[in-house]
Amino acid sequence: MLEILLILLKIVLIVVPLIIAVAYLTFMERKIIGYMQVRIGPNRVGPKGLLQPFADTLKLLLKEVIIPTNANRYLFLIAPILSLAPAIAAWAVIPFGMMEATETSPAKPLALTNIDASLLYILALTSIGVYGVLIAGWASNSKYAFLGAMRSAAQIVSYEIAMGFALVGVLMAAQSINLAEIVNQQSGGIWQWYWLPLLPLFIIYLVSGVAETNRAPFDVAEGESEIVAGFHVEYSGVAFAVFFLAEYANIILISMLTALMFLGGWLSPFESIPVVQDWFTWVPGMAWLLAKTCFIMFCFLWFRATFPRYRYDQIMRLGWKVFIPITIIWILVVGVAIVMKLPPWFDAA
Amino acid sequence: MLENYLPVLIFLVVGVGLGVGLMFVGFVISPKKPDSEKLSTYECGFEAFEDSRVTFNIRYYLVAILFILFDLEIAFMFPWAVVMGKLGWFGLISMTIFLGILVIGFIYEWKKGALEWE
Repeated sequence: MLEILLILLKIVLIVVPLIIAVAYLTFMERKIIGYMQVRIGPNRVGPKGLLQPFADTLKLLLKEVIIPTNANRYLFLIAPILSLAPAIAAWAVIPFGMMEATETSPAKPLALTNIDASLLYILALTSIGVYGVLIAGWASNSKYAFLGAMRSAAQIVSYEIAMGFALVGVLMAAQSINLAEIVNQQSGGIWQWYWLPLLPLFIIYLVSGVAETNRAPFDVAEGESEIVAGFHVEYSGVAFAVFFLAEYANIILISMLTALMFLGGWLSPFESIPVVQDWFTWVPGMAWLLAKTCFIMFCFLWFRATFPRYRYDQIMRLGWKVFIPITIIWILVVGVAIVMKLPPWFDAA
Repeated sequence: MLENYLPVLIFLVVGVGLGVGLMFVGFVISPKKPDSEKLSTYECGFEAFEDSRVTFNIRYYLVAILFILFDLEIAFMFPWAVVMGKLGWFGLISMTIFLGILVIGFIYEWKKGALEWE
């Protein structure tokens, strides 16, 4: 019993910061895009607009939830839950740092649980998210929602293949399916992180992540000017808020996974540079991880402010005809490099 | 070993619970003043012409089938990727042949135009 309470406490310690992070990601999105477009962005609620996310949340909670008469009532209400649950539950296996070895226990990752197949678990859960989108579009019984859901689902599954192949490359390089182990394999300085030996896979993973979360420039599924809002056009109030929460939780999840798998996670970027590395030994590993995650999240917002929307046929062409061939070729290249134990990356294993 | 998975199970329950809880709170505190116009399907101010469960482009279906093939492929490559360093050339060449067969199918569907959207 005590054990379960302890686990619940740890879960709260992960979920509450996550929800606050989601709230402030929406705020930063509006602020950053505002400044990129030479506007100020929200600045009325609280000092410098810092309380804006809470005002938004309250507003959404107090709005009427409309269930259209033509909709399938239960599926309509299950869809948001089905899209939020995996986006939250995937955080169960994310390691946030390494705990130093003590006299009683060896060094172990700072995570809720350290299961061996953590990456497989995340791949499985992120795949479930597409059901929320599909069910929402179907249950709404609205043409816009239906079109948006079809587009969105086809796009998500297409980019999931490129993403999966990129993951296979990471697994080959790390020779492990455990996230903490993947990070530890990257130790030895910034050029040992997998972004360099797996550069094409890193770029493909990042771009696929943007496409997976239906973010600009791959947001045809929402396409405000074409099909109003895509699959969640009929949703209002708290049901819409839950979809929103899921989308942003997914962005943070993908940013953190990118930081863990390609940017060395909690490892210091100054590792094995003489003199300089000693200046930064006081920085905790988690700070590096969060800094890298914030950088990737910033890229998500930056892309949205910079790139015009792709056409749907261009999106599908990029996913199937560019990304998949490149990933397959690079997997073979990495395979040959590993078997030949090519230095400086693959000689250790 | 297996007790490592208990927190995962609890986290899944918390994830679903969070969604259900949020929806419940929203339903309790939000106003409820439905009327038939408000509850009608949104179609840019028009009355909905017909049921929206209409026919849709076959390509979506095709993409879904191709996805299953490739995703199975990836699931199959995961265990191989973890041990390929120990398998050496034998493992790499086996997987190259296996991938080669997949690529032949991929080229076929490409030439057939299954990946074209216009």
